Amino acid sequence: MSKSAVPGQLTRRSAVAAGLATLAAPAVLRAAPSTIRLGLIHPVSGALAFSGNQCRLGATMAIDDINGAGGVAAMGGAKIEPLLGDAQGRPEIAASLVDQMAEQGASAFVGCFASALGLAATQAAAKYNIPFSIDSGIVDSLTTRGLANVYRLFPNASSVTADSLLALDMINKKAGSPAKSCAIVHEDSAFGTQTAQQLAGLLPKIGIEVKALIPHATPTRDFTNIVLRIKQEKPDLVMISNYQNEYVALARTLVQQRVELVGTWSVAGGGFNLKFAKEQPGVAEGMLDFNHWYAPKNPKAVAFRKRVEEAGQTMTWEVLFGYFAVKLLGDAWQRAGSAGKEETIAALASSTFADHFMPYGPTKFTNGQNSGAHAVALQIQKGDMEVVWPEEFASAAAVFPRAKL
Amino acid sequence: MPGFEIVAASLAGGVLTGGVYALAALGLTLIYGVLHIVNFAHGALLMVAMYGAWFLATWLGVDPLVALPVVTPVMFVLGWGLYRWVIGPVSRGEDRAILLATLGVSVVLENLALVLFRGDTRSIETALSYQMLELGPLLLPLSKVISAGVAMVLAASLWAFIAMTSTGQAIRAVAREPTGARLVGIRPQRMFALAYGIGIASLGAAGCLLLPSFYVSPTVGENFVLVAFTIVVLGGMGSFPGALLGGVIVGVAESLGGLFLGESLGPISISLTFIAILLLRPQGLFGRPGEAGR
Repeated sequence: MSKSAVPGQLTRRSAVAAGLATLAAPAVLRAAPSTIRLGLIHPVSGALAFSGNQCRLGATMAIDDINGAGGVAAMGGAKIEPLLGDAQGRPEIAASLVDQMAEQGASAFVGCFASALGLAATQAAAKYNIPFSIDSGIVDSLTTRGLANVYRLFPNASSVTADSLLALDMINKKAGSPAKSCAIVHEDSAFGTQTAQQLAGLLPKIGIEVKALIPHATPTRDFTNIVLRIKQEKPDLVMISNYQNEYVALARTLVQQRVELVGTWSVAGGGFNLKFAKEQPGVAEGMLDFNHWYAPKNPKAVAFRKRVEEAGQTMTWEVLFGYFAVKLLGDAWQRAGSAGKEETIAALASSTFADHFMPYGPTKFTNGQNSGAHAVALQIQKGDMEVVWPEEFASAAAVFPRAKL
Repeated sequence: MPGFEIVAASLAGGVLTGGVYALAALGLTLIYGVLHIVNFAHGALLMVAMYGAWFLATWLGVDPLVALPVVTPVMFVLGWGLYRWVIGPVSRGEDRAILLATLGVSVVLENLALVLFRGDTRSIETALSYQMLELGPLLLPLSKVISAGVAMVLAASLWAFIAMTSTGQAIRAVAREPTGARLVGIRPQRMFALAYGIGIASLGAAGCLLLPSFYVSPTVGENFVLVAFTIVVLGGMGSFPGALLGGVIVGVAESLGGLFLGESLGPISISLTFIAILLLRPQGLFGRPGEAGR
C-alpha cells in the first residue's frame, strides 16, 4: 500500500506540488483576460424577493450589454464578472456579503434595493473603500453619513416628498383646486410614518387640509374599517404611503365602499405598477403616484421596456435602477481607464453620466447624491402608466379629478 | 368616536371575514380531530389551492367560483396522495414524525412556489370583485358573503359526513381507538389518508373563495394559518361548529379591535379574546373537558 493512499496525509510530493501551484497562481492570473468583479447584493429571497430580483435583472442586463459591446474599452476590453449575493432582507447578511465579496476581489458593489440593507452594506464597503453604486434605497442618510465610497444616481426621500407636493400643487391648481382636504393612510413602520408626517406638515402649505392620519400594520388583511373612517371624514384626496399588498387592498376597498374622491395620490406607492394596472384595471384607472420611471418620450426607453417584456419579465422601476447603477460604474471605469478604488471613486465624483433615459437633469454628484435626479407624477390611464408631470417629460395630461368609477 | 353606522358595518365585516377564516380552519380541525396532529403544511396547501384557482382564472378565464368544483377534488387527491406516499410512510405512525413531515412538506411547497412564481403577489379581478350587497346603509362585498355562506354549508356537511355516514363512523373509530378499529376490519392508514384528503379538499374551496378578495403569493398561507390555529383551539380542537363560531369570534374581535384601538394595535384583540376564552374554558368552546393539551 502506498503512503499517498492514506486519506488526509500530506506526502512530500504533494506538498511540493501544492507549493509550485501556489507560486504559479499569480502568473496564471496575470495571463487570464482582464475582468472586473462587481458585487450585486439584493434580497432575492424573503419578503422583498420580487423587488430584489427586479434590481438584479436590471443589473445583469447592463453587465450583458457592456460585455456584449466589447467590455470596458479603456481597460483593453475588460469584461465585468458579476458576483451574486442574496441579502435575504437582512442587513447583517448584506454586510457580510460585502466582506465575502471584498475577499473575492470585488472592484465595486451595486445594491441593495431596501434602504436598511443599503445602510449596512455601504458601511461595510466603506471599510475597504470599495465604490458602491446605490440602485435603490431612498433614505437620505445613505449619502449623508460622509462615506466617500457611496454614490446614488437616483433621487432621495426628501427630494421625492418635496417634488411630489410641487407636482400635486400644480396638477390641483391647473384643475381649479378641486382638492382642498385629504386623509393620509400609511403603514406604521419608519418608511410610511416618516413620509406621512412629512406630508402632513407640508400639505397645508399648498392649501390642502389634513383631516385624518390613519396608520395600519403590515400585513393588514381588511381595509373596511379604515375606508369607513375615510368615508366619514369626506376628504377630497386619499394620500397613501404603504407597501404592495396593502396598497392594492386599500384601493380595492375604496372602490367597493363607493368612496367619492377627487383622486388618490401616493408617494412611492408600493403597489403602483404595471402589474396592478393590468390585474385590477377597474380600481387602478386614474390612480396617481409620485415615483421613479423612465422618460417615456425617449425611444431608447421604449425599446428597453419592450426588451424586458419580451423576455417575459415585468417592467418596473427597479429594473431601471439596477441597470443604470451598473452603467454609471461602467462609465466611471471607462473614464478612469482603471477599476482601482481611488480612480473609480474620483471618476464617480466628477461624473456627468448622461447615457440614460431617466427623466433627469445633468448628473452632478454632491456628497455622493445626484442633485439632478427627480421622480415623476404617474397616472394609470387605460391600463398603462403615463407620466403626467413634469410637462417636459409628460406622455399624457393628468385626468384630475379622476373619472367617476 | 365612530358612529353607529360604522360600528354596524365593522361588525358585519367582522362576521364575514370570520367566515373566510373558518374556511381555512375547518380542514385543520378535521385533521387534528382524526390524526391528532397539527398540520403544519396547511398554509402551504392553501397557497397551492389559491395558485390553482389563480391559474384557472388567468390562463383559462374560469371564474374562481366556477373553478371550485374542480379545485376541491384535485386538492383532495393531492392531500390523500401526500399522506399515502409522503407523510404516512415518512412518519411510520409516530405523531412527532407526522408533525415534522408536514413541516417538511410546507417548506418544499413554499420554496417550489418561490421558484415557479417568484416572491411576487398576484391578484385577479372577477365579475364579483366589486359587487356589493346593500343592507340598509351597509355595503357588504358579495364575494365575502358567498365565502361565509359556503363556510357554513361546508361545516354542516363535514359534520354530517363524520356523524352520519359509515365512513365517517370508521374515521371516528380510528380517531378514538386505532387498535380497536383495526380489530374490526378498518384500516387506520386508509382512514388517516382519507381524513387528510378531506381536510385539504376544504382548503381547495377556501382557496377559490379567497382569491376574489385576496392576493396570492408563495407565503400567503402565513396570513391565514396562524389565525386558523387560533380558531381551532378557540373553538375546541376537532370541532366543526367550534371552527365556525371561533372564526366569527376572531373575525369580529379583529374588526372591532381595529375600529376602537386603531389598525396598528387592533390585532391584539384576537389574542386578548383568545386568552379570555381559554381562561374560562380551557378545552375551547366546543371541546370536551380533558381534551385540552392532548
